Amino acid sequence: MSAGSEIVLEARNITKRFPGVVANENVSLKLYRGEVLALLGENGAGKTTLMNILYGLYHQDSGEVLIRGEPVRISGPSDSIRHGIGMVHQHFMLVPVFTVAENIILGAETRNGPFLDLNAARRQIRELSRQYNLDVDPDAYVKDLSVGQQQRVEIIKALYRKADILILDEPTAVLTPQETEELFTIIRSLTARGASVIFISHKLKEVLAIADRIMVLRRGRVVGETTPREATERSLAEMMVGRSVMMEVEKGEAHPGTPVLTLDRVTVLDDRGQRVVNEVSLEVHAGEILGIAGVQGNGQTELVEAITGLRPVHSGRVLINGRDVTNASPRRISETGCAHVPEDRQEDGLVLTYSVADNLVLNTYYTPPFARGIVRNDRAILNHASRLIERYDVRTPGPLTPVSALSGGNKQKVIIARELSREGRLLIAAQPTRGIDVGSIEFIHQRIVAERDQGAAVLLVSAELDEIMALSDRIAVMYHGKIVATLPAASATREELGLLMAGAQPTNVPHETIADGRATVKAQR
Amino acid sequence: MRITGSIARPAAARIPWLTIGVWGALAILVLIAYMRAPQATTAVLTSTIRQSTPIILGALAGIMCERSGVINIGIEGMMLISAFLGFLFNVWTGDLFLATLGALLVGAAVGAFHALMSITLKVDQIIAGTVINILAIGTTGYFYQQGLTTRGKLTPVSIPFLADIPIIGPVFFSNPPITYASLILIVVVHVLLFRTAWGLRTRAVGEHPAAADTVGIAVNRVRYINVIIGGMLAGLAGAFLTLESVGSFERNMTNGRGFVSLAVMIFGKWTPFGAWGGSLLFGFANALQSQIQFLKNQLPSWLAWIGDLPPQFIGMLPYVLTIAVLAGFVGRARPPAAIGKVYEKE
Ligand SMILES: Nc1ncnc2c1ncn2[C@@H]1O[C@H](COP(=O)(O)OP(=O)(O)OP(=O)(O)O)[C@@H](O)[C@H]1O
Ligand SMILES: [Mg+2]
Repeated sequence: MSAGSEIVLEARNITKRFPGVVANENVSLKLYRGEVLALLGENGAGKTTLMNILYGLYHQDSGEVLIRGEPVRISGPSDSIRHGIGMVHQHFMLVPVFTVAENIILGAETRNGPFLDLNAARRQIRELSRQYNLDVDPDAYVKDLSVGQQQRVEIIKALYRKADILILDEPTAVLTPQETEELFTIIRSLTARGASVIFISHKLKEVLAIADRIMVLRRGRVVGETTPREATERSLAEMMVGRSVMMEVEKGEAHPGTPVLTLDRVTVLDDRGQRVVNEVSLEVHAGEILGIAGVQGNGQTELVEAITGLRPVHSGRVLINGRDVTNASPRRISETGCAHVPEDRQEDGLVLTYSVADNLVLNTYYTPPFARGIVRNDRAILNHASRLIERYDVRTPGPLTPVSALSGGNKQKVIIARELSREGRLLIAAQPTRGIDVGSIEFIHQRIVAERDQGAAVLLVSAELDEIMALSDRIAVMYHGKIVATLPAASATREELGLLMAGAQPTNVPHETIADGRATVKAQR
Repeated sequence: MRITGSIARPAAARIPWLTIGVWGALAILVLIAYMRAPQATTAVLTSTIRQSTPIILGALAGIMCERSGVINIGIEGMMLISAFLGFLFNVWTGDLFLATLGALLVGAAVGAFHALMSITLKVDQIIAGTVINILAIGTTGYFYQQGLTTRGKLTPVSIPFLADIPIIGPVFFSNPPITYASLILIVVVHVLLFRTAWGLRTRAVGEHPAAADTVGIAVNRVRYINVIIGGMLAGLAGAFLTLESVGSFERNMTNGRGFVSLAVMIFGKWTPFGAWGGSLLFGFANALQSQIQFLKNQLPSWLAWIGDLPPQFIGMLPYVLTIAVLAGFVGRARPPAAIGKVYEKE
């Protein structure tokens, strides 16, 4: 596509330090009119920091920003908005209890004298919706929207402010493949109208598909620039990490043993009282990885919450190592040796204001060696933290830094390190590599396989079909709250899984096996 | 990511059928009571409004603060200091209007002090409020001298024609100025919060300050202004006590009204009309309680046992009622999400 030669945004020699780290060092960047510039880099490379500086949320220590050739001082978001910059943040910035319209106009309200004019807002939003094919209901409450819809609201929010420079920070991390496709269509229609987009993602396929140019950061510095025509996934990964990355998982034959996790007709209700998990039965054996594939929102989240004690089991039984743990407390379940990587790291996985070290013992702090009687053993906790930080390559100034100061991917690594370092017989991992860079994904995958080889049972839930296919020994497909089929991973194909995930009847699918002898292979309603 | 909020949002727009039903039933009860004992009924209702005035003003103060994300348990102290200084202004100037204005300014100043502690100095907001409460009791008690003479108090103004309607006239249209003001302010605060850009920003800052920040709203400035407005409302409540209701100052004369205001604010789910309902309930229980003490000997025979109860017991009624109602309702209320949290950027 034809990116213009007019530079709309330029950063020159930006440097930004945080206590203990240089997040950006002499970073320069040019953005041309009508192009998509992809920004790649490891977790903690400084991508979000750079974007926050351009948007006025952080202030650079040195360096300057030019917009359409003019040097500008951006002292806050109101300045960047005035200059036509819009940003969709890694964690959305929407007020859940407000309606879509209220969120969009907030700070730039349509008024009628001193009063809000919500009708004018609705009109403008509908107009934008039509113009850019962004379908949203202005009167819906944001808390009731899916993640994909929330993102659309964020984009309209930027367009409503007449942004023609759009920053998207890991917009696809939480989207389904279909939602990602829709987002790309939107991005293309935006650039066709002359807008410019900065796109951050850890998914190299996406970057190759959407970008005009690709810039790579490593440890706060620009290490290179390329285009999708010259680059491959492999070369990009190498540029990011500085070494060659194995894109496939090496794993040998599984040797399944006795069942570790058994679900017996488990039914779970969601927050609105709907049956989102409907009589699910399955078994995960020692020494095997069972992957649950499915489009997000088909009950996977609630199923995991129910197994780990975070949500009541409505009916049915959950057994771990043969012991009934249905509706037991999360601590009791954890003490059976069940490690859990939760889906929502901010909400369920970390205490953001605690240090990295404390977060690393969040579920073991009361046991030796971290506690002696009722007293904490700080030395043991610190040693433990230092070891894991090194082993899992967590980029943090130190073990005592609060987790809230870490980059998105490094927060995730803290959880992974905590859960994989436990002596567990059962690992439940929900979206374990969401927001993680390719280099670390490689390592995490190796660790999960190593757990399996040491005899742990692994239940893997992931929205990434590639991840499910690469890691699993068996794959269960979840659709509308039911396990519709369980297939051996070796013979499952993408197409087949895709069909099942979309609700095709398993009977149409060749070589499907029946889970644990009694999976529900009934037709869908 | 989990996005569903399972808890009710602060009510704003839905048609409150339940509330309408309850008030309808109450209206019928009042009519029956009026037919049987017109004077006592009118007296109880008039006194309900009077008793509820400082409560609703305090609750509105709380709503302004807390909707913007700042906890204010210092309303009791704000009321007390304003009541005291408002009274002194009256003693010095002899001008009730100036004295009321003075009480408002004192309220604003104490509000600004609370904002300074909670927002700029990042003191824990509960502690900041407690500091204000303790300071208020200490300083007013210390500086208060017995025997200061006042020059009158604000007196009822009857609105022509409207005041002549039975029941409604004496209850709503024959009140002193601050009582009228409080009724108007309920509507004003409601419109401000739910119909203006300022209100939208205030609520955004109280729910999700980072989101407000990213659209260019100066979070701390919005909070400061709201806390100061809240202080003024609490100041008006204080002025009511000394300049309109009692006419003089007494030690610790707020007597827990600031805390009742907070309870009522929660009962009303941080909405002005909801809080008004709570205030009226408290005011009514108070009015009933004093009527009972007053009419002890004239109670019908089947209620005579009430007259035999110790007066302290009947005096408990408003508070017991408040607790009972709160215990029954508070479980369903949801405070603004960012309440009590300092907003820091980097
Ligand atoms: N508010 C902050 N306080 C202290 N340090 C911070 C803060 N924000 C970021 N950092 C540090 O700056 C570095 C860069 O972080 P940044 O969030 O920009 O990384 P990123 O490239 O976006 O990574 P990810 O892919 O994981 O999102 C990290 O080392 C991080 O710990
Ligand atoms: Mg980031």
